[in-house]
Amino acid sequence: MPGKSFFVDTTVCTACRGCQVACKQWHGLPAEKTVNRGSYQNPADLSFVTYKLVRFEEVVVKKKLKWLFFADQCRHCLEPPCEMTADDPTAIFRDSATGAVLYTANTKKLDAQAVIDSCPYNIPRAAKDGTLAKCDMCIDRVENGLLPACVKTCPTGAMNFGSRKEMLALAKKRKAKVKGAKLLDAGDIRVIYMVTEDPKLYHKFAVASIGAFDVSRAVAMKRMVRPLTDLTARL
Amino acid sequence: MTNHWIDIGNSDCILISGSNAAENHPISFKYVVKAMRKGAKLISVDPRFTRTSSKADIFAPMRSGTDIALLGGMIKYILDNKLYNKKYVSAYTNAPFIVGKKFSFKNGLFSGYNRKARKYDKSTWAFAMDKKGVPKMDRGLKDPRCVFQLLKKHYSRYNTKLVSQITGTSEADLKKVYKAYTATGKTGKAGTIMYAMGWTQHTVGTQNIRTMAMIQLLLGNIGVAGGGVNALRGESNVQGSTDHCLLWHIWPGYLKTPRASNVSLAAYNKKWTPKSKDPISANWWQNYPKYSVSMLKSFFGDNATKAKAFGYNWLPKVDDGKAYSWLDLFDEMYKGTVKGFFAWGQNPACSGANAGKNRQAMKNLDWMVNVNIFDNETGSFWHGPGMNPSTIKTEVFMLPCCVSFEKEGSVTNSGRWSQWRYQGPKPLGNTKADGDIMMELGFKLKELYKKSGVFPEPIMNLKWDYMTNGMYDSHKVAKEINGYFLKNVDFPKKKKSFKKGQLVPSFAYLKADGSTSSGNWLYCNSYTEKGNMAARRGQEDAVNKIGLYPKFSWCWPVNRRIIYNRASVDLKGRPWDKKDWVVKWTGKKWIGDVPDGGWPPLGSLEKPNPKSKWAFIMRKHGHAQIFGPGRADGPFPEHYEPLECPIEKNFMSKERMNPTAAVYATDADAYLTCDPRYPLVGTTYRVVEHWQTGAMTRPQPWLLEMQPQVFVEMSEKLAKLKGIKNGERVLATSARGSLECTAIVTKRFKPFKIGKNVVHQVGFPWCFGWRWPETGKEESANLLTPAVGDPNTRIPETKAFMCNVSKL
Ligand code: SF4
Ligand code: SF4
Ligand code: SF4
Repeated sequence: MPGKSFFVDTTVCTACRGCQVACKQWHGLPAEKTVNRGSYQNPADLSFVTYKLVRFEEVVVKKKLKWLFFADQCRHCLEPPCEMTADDPTAIFRDSATGAVLYTANTKKLDAQAVIDSCPYNIPRAAKDGTLAKCDMCIDRVENGLLPACVKTCPTGAMNFGSRKEMLALAKKRKAKVKGAKLLDAGDIRVIYMVTEDPKLYHKFAVASIGAFDVSRAVAMKRMVRPLTDLTARL
Repeated sequence: MTNHWIDIGNSDCILISGSNAAENHPISFKYVVKAMRKGAKLISVDPRFTRTSSKADIFAPMRSGTDIALLGGMIKYILDNKLYNKKYVSAYTNAPFIVGKKFSFKNGLFSGYNRKARKYDKSTWAFAMDKKGVPKMDRGLKDPRCVFQLLKKHYSRYNTKLVSQITGTSEADLKKVYKAYTATGKTGKAGTIMYAMGWTQHTVGTQNIRTMAMIQLLLGNIGVAGGGVNALRGESNVQGSTDHCLLWHIWPGYLKTPRASNVSLAAYNKKWTPKSKDPISANWWQNYPKYSVSMLKSFFGDNATKAKAFGYNWLPKVDDGKAYSWLDLFDEMYKGTVKGFFAWGQNPACSGANAGKNRQAMKNLDWMVNVNIFDNETGSFWHGPGMNPSTIKTEVFMLPCCVSFEKEGSVTNSGRWSQWRYQGPKPLGNTKADGDIMMELGFKLKELYKKSGVFPEPIMNLKWDYMTNGMYDSHKVAKEINGYFLKNVDFPKKKKSFKKGQLVPSFAYLKADGSTSSGNWLYCNSYTEKGNMAARRGQEDAVNKIGLYPKFSWCWPVNRRIIYNRASVDLKGRPWDKKDWVVKWTGKKWIGDVPDGGWPPLGSLEKPNPKSKWAFIMRKHGHAQIFGPGRADGPFPEHYEPLECPIEKNFMSKERMNPTAAVYATDADAYLTCDPRYPLVGTTYRVVEHWQTGAMTRPQPWLLEMQPQVFVEMSEKLAKLKGIKNGERVLATSARGSLECTAIVTKRFKPFKIGKNVVHQVGFPWCFGWRWPETGKEESANLLTPAVGDPNTRIPETKAFMCNVSKL
């Protein structure tokens, strides 16, 4: 499989949130008005202006306290359900060189909720006018030979980026070294997280809900056999 | 740091205590991760489970202010289990020294204590000397009066059970920490400590660090790769500012500020130049007069003639026995004796302990000059909360300066690397570099003194030629700091000659006769005829491949990347650690890092090579100090409770708190210990999202988005007890002030069992202030902290105090 991938080693992530800020900085995204809700996690969730969010969870596993950090972002699925749901390459398309899944201003014309619902990782977010946004793999940087902003800024080596082959090899190597490590949905997506605990403890959507990709494939199949009239209606 | 950031990656065991490195020194974790991937263990000791703890193999919670108890227990563990490096300890430390008969320790007090003066007569702690005037020693460490045996006796009281009662750390956790860390006593293994303000900001701050230094010496961890005592400095150039005399008691290069009793240059040099009768002791400070005179030459140039004592009499002297620290400064300001104040790149209205007192103190000023990149709570104190501007007469001048990236110059990082920075963007608007503001100020003062003024000599004689084309020139200052030959000088022994005007190649060439200048002897070698060493960007590593990168920037002293490295080898010059070695004797010379002096190895202890020197060249007697008779509060660290603590009786002795701590007595200095109104232990800390008081980061929307409000972290148990819900606003109070903040109820704080009692602890970040965000509701946690100081440094005890939290 050609194109690019990320490897996110959560076992060394310190939740410094350099990645979260770097993402905003590179994209010139505004800050949200926030309050302290009794957690370090802020903003509370991804949004139209927050593509990268470090999630914090305090859990007790086998009587031991763990503070789990999950630097959440779009997974750039190999077969993106959001793209299939949109079914409009002027709004959502895949970059052939990198495999980045990209959203344009034309997402405004889509059924935003349907796209959001189709994402197995609960990533896309809509503006008030319905335009959708999410992580763009820093495609402008990558095309110019730079690392994505979040990867470039990461001090610990938790965020890694490179060819899919390299990243899979790195993920495999690291997994072999860390006790109890597992890779999340590595075969389906380009942002491969490595975790040591039950993925659900990090974040409800750390792994795709079961059958998510099958559902999307089913949607795609349905689209393929759609009667012609549908197409004309959209013109 | 004795070592440097990259070197953390060479460690076999990393103890992070008194620091939350993952949050406050995030880049350090690059090297922590590197070490861990090679199998190093990470230990986190902290009152609270932090982002650092989340990555640690072992987390041991400990009540704030009890580090000496915990570390004292580790010393006992090392001694009981014979885990020390005996060869290292007996050859390189003062463990074999015999202590004089007058020394004793009873009921929590060392000999020589004067309760009225709250001071020790340190002469009772002196070593026993032989006929030649060299300390008597027992290299076998058996003599009952030798340091090693006294150490054993002192720490025999620190058993795990007692330590656990004091610290609240379970005995099982203590043992885990001790076992993992002391494994680095094995030859070839190295353990490192990463500490910060969590250790220093206590009435026993200096002794906290000393306890760890002693552990490192016992384990043979000083001078080696992956070892050392490593202070993580809280600001990119705080190491540089300390080197260049930010603090009141030192001149540049850690020379002493003269006391009133040092009536002449000769008396000053005599007082501060240590003398050793031991021919094998390098006693490096014997060169003191060369450094002090070169510094005076650098200050006053040609006006510093020998006849005028090189200008010594023009410099201010401090009164003997009086302190002029930050705490004292604000104490005097509060009392109304200080009338003018430059707040330069700082924000005492938020950063100082007992910030409310500081704010009140500023009302007594006639004028204040606030030099900063933004207005802050200090410059705006007069319209802050609770202030009535119409009654405040202080005139405040705001001088906007440019930011570090807009000017050229050096910053010295924690690892002692002086790194040159080029100018990025040009200064915004009319903002000026600090250097330009200082130059102008100097010229203005000269102009005024020319007309009239009492004692004009210091200002009029000041060499003030650091401008090029009317602008401050950082290269000129950097060269001045390095120093010049002021005459043609020959060094026949070294077979070298230099011409007037040449830059001095290293401090080995500085002279006490006025023929050389050097603004800071420690930096002599940083800007030489070969160029600006700090601007180097060489990417090659040294032969030993341990990440020294000797041609990248420059590090003091003389580019030595790991100091005390002569202790990294045995008596024959063979590295303890064969793999990650620092220096090595080839039979003819040292290779690897720049050695701590080029003398050959000692050979043996019985008959040391007369050409050799003891390993710790900065110490008078050439040995590292396990027994430290120079400290104000005792030669061995002893556990005392913080000034404000939750227990009436110190479990260790009758002395509840450090008997020499610096306490202040204005009406703004309320201290309440064991008071039912303030039952919670409080501490303060930083967060990765904000920097210092937040003056630079709070106006930054992306950072404020992540940490928008001041908070208090507390355990689930305490929250339940107080009926406080996660995320609700609460009121925190102490004897000095109050703070509205948001409760973070967390599993990461747990109540401590202290003796038979349950003690709750809470913690606050101190990065907020009323000026921003615009609500004006997010205030500094230093409104709660006490202004009480360590007797050696007068650093305030902001890391352990008593407070309360209640529903709003
Ligand atoms: S920058 Fe790296 S270490 Fe920091 S939060 Fe992001 S992934 Fe974690
Ligand atoms: S993670 Fe969601 S938004 Fe991203 S490509 Fe996959 S389906 Fe689309
Ligand atoms: S790849 Fe770019 S857009 Fe995506 S999370 Fe990282 S910084 Fe943000």
